[in-house]
Amino acid sequence: MNTTWSRFNVTSIVLGFAFLYLPIVLLIVFSFNESKLVTVWGGFSTKWYVSLFHNQGLMDATWVTARVGVISATVATVLGTLAALTLTRYTRFRGRILFSGMVFAPLVMPEVITGLSLLLLFVAVGLDRGFLTVTLAHITLTMCFVAVVVQSRLVSFDRSLEEAAMDLGATPAKTFFQITLPVIMPAIVSGWMLAFTLSLDDLVIASFTSGPGATTLPMKIYSQVRLGVTPEINAACTLLIAVVAVGVIVASIANKRREVQRQLDEQAAQRG
Amino acid sequence: MKSLGSIRRDFAPWNDPNAKPYIQFDNVTKKFGDFTAVNNLSLTIFEREFFALLGASGCGKSTLLRMLAGFEEPSAGRILLDGQDLRGIPPHRRPVNMMFQSYALFPHMTVENNIAFGLKQEGMPKPDIEKRVAEMLKLVKLEQFAKRKPHQLSGGQRQRVALARSVAKRPKVLLLDEPLGALDKKLREETQFELMDLQQELGLTFVVVTHDQEEAMTMADRIAIMDKGEVMQVATPAEVYEAPTSRFVAHFVGNVNMFEGKVAERTANTTRITGSTGAQIVVDNGGAAAPNSDIVFAIRPEKIKVSSKKPVDAVNALEGEVYDVAYLGDMTVYHIKLDDGQIVRASALNASRITEDPLTWNDRAWVSFRPDAGVVLTR
Repeated sequence: MNTTWSRFNVTSIVLGFAFLYLPIVLLIVFSFNESKLVTVWGGFSTKWYVSLFHNQGLMDATWVTARVGVISATVATVLGTLAALTLTRYTRFRGRILFSGMVFAPLVMPEVITGLSLLLLFVAVGLDRGFLTVTLAHITLTMCFVAVVVQSRLVSFDRSLEEAAMDLGATPAKTFFQITLPVIMPAIVSGWMLAFTLSLDDLVIASFTSGPGATTLPMKIYSQVRLGVTPEINAACTLLIAVVAVGVIVASIANKRREVQRQLDEQAAQRG
Repeated sequence: MKSLGSIRRDFAPWNDPNAKPYIQFDNVTKKFGDFTAVNNLSLTIFEREFFALLGASGCGKSTLLRMLAGFEEPSAGRILLDGQDLRGIPPHRRPVNMMFQSYALFPHMTVENNIAFGLKQEGMPKPDIEKRVAEMLKLVKLEQFAKRKPHQLSGGQRQRVALARSVAKRPKVLLLDEPLGALDKKLREETQFELMDLQQELGLTFVVVTHDQEEAMTMADRIAIMDKGEVMQVATPAEVYEAPTSRFVAHFVGNVNMFEGKVAERTANTTRITGSTGAQIVVDNGGAAAPNSDIVFAIRPEKIKVSSKKPVDAVNALEGEVYDVAYLGDMTVYHIKLDDGQIVRASALNASRITEDPLTWNDRAWVSFRPDAGVVLTR
């Protein structure tokens, strides 16, 4: 493999990273701007972070988003896991192909259509738009992602583990909770995190299905930006980026460590 | 005292008409859609027996085992264990345990928790569980690995954990699905003897599925040879080898020479066979072969003697030419092309280091064998 830093390689890397991260860096830099004008640098300051925590509207929206995210991700994980189990285990029921196709339809459905159809449904059944409806909508949106993640793990699951558990006297229910669930848990956790992230950054569906008193953070940011970007919004976004970045970094370090430990263990085992 | 093969067996309940069968397959059939995996099969296994199901992949041997464990229900017929019909009893209520080919160790549990799993399910008190687990770890010599997870073990250690877990509950019957399939050759041979010792020590009934004839011959009291969902022969290893009842069994176990032919003449003690290529063979055991019927004479390579001169007192002697020689160390294998065109495989034990008058390619040679050296097969 050629590892020398040719001029071409350096240029492509710089351009690629600039393309990806320049807007974000700009946003972070200007969140520390003293000036009220977003594009004019007026010196370093953290005052927008202070005022952010005094902005009741943004704080409320953050709280709504967190609650919607946790509840919808949890419900979606339960439903998505059940769907994945059914689709991988009971391969002979009528309409399985149709059903599995339908579970995954929201993956490719334009969000506008999902949002609009949910809105129509909620209006039709007379459900007042608010916290409940946006949570339900996010469950619909994220369930299929969980199903995909869990299903891909279940395909490689060794069924003889379950047979061994039953052979040793465990009832089917005990087998599921003591063997199947712990083994597929990593996939379920990553499914939950994916669902939570999707709920966190959804704007389109939330705009359709939310009502007064249940404004999520992306909706709040978007509506404020329409009145002009304030450094406060920059500060809010920077914090959001920080949370996501820390989450991703922690998760990947933990993953890497586990992987390395596992390899060491296996080498040690082979040596005897 | 004369015996078939070179081992005397004192444990032989299958020869005792009063012995009660322990496991009984009664006309069992299993179909998967259009495919018949097991076809109207009947079989009895006795208590404390080490029983092997031997066959190529797809012959139905694993299906038979899975029906005994309860993972599959027979499409027809019934399976009895100690007189009790097993139909409808789910796997977790059957007094049998299975050791899986993939070992199926629970990856999120330590070795000791894997072994304790079955004991916890039956609600055994904690101190008793600890005692039994320690006992099992000692039995498979894994005491210092109790706290390890399965991925921290080598293949041989995993195999022993799987074994310990499956015998921890003291099942009435232990089922072993290709128990040594994933081990390398040397480890496999050691483990074969360990398994036999373990079975003696625990006094359990073992039913093992294998495709490896040497493994079955080494370990089992009796072997059932299966083909296409049917049992071809059930017999001791020595009987299977020395007295196969069909061409399939003769071919499947060990090497064999087959002479196609007709029964030319039967007397009280001898049967004369005319080979389809003209060879004349006299045997003292014609079995059920009727005069003038088409039969096959089967003889193992090591029962055939090769010499450069015509043996003076041999009843059966055929002339040919050395076609191929393979020196294997402990023995030498000759392929002799008879003058009628048939190639005969003969093997000679190298009991001494120096051979007088060695044979080589294209030498003229005689093959000879005793009248009781082979068997006459009618099917």
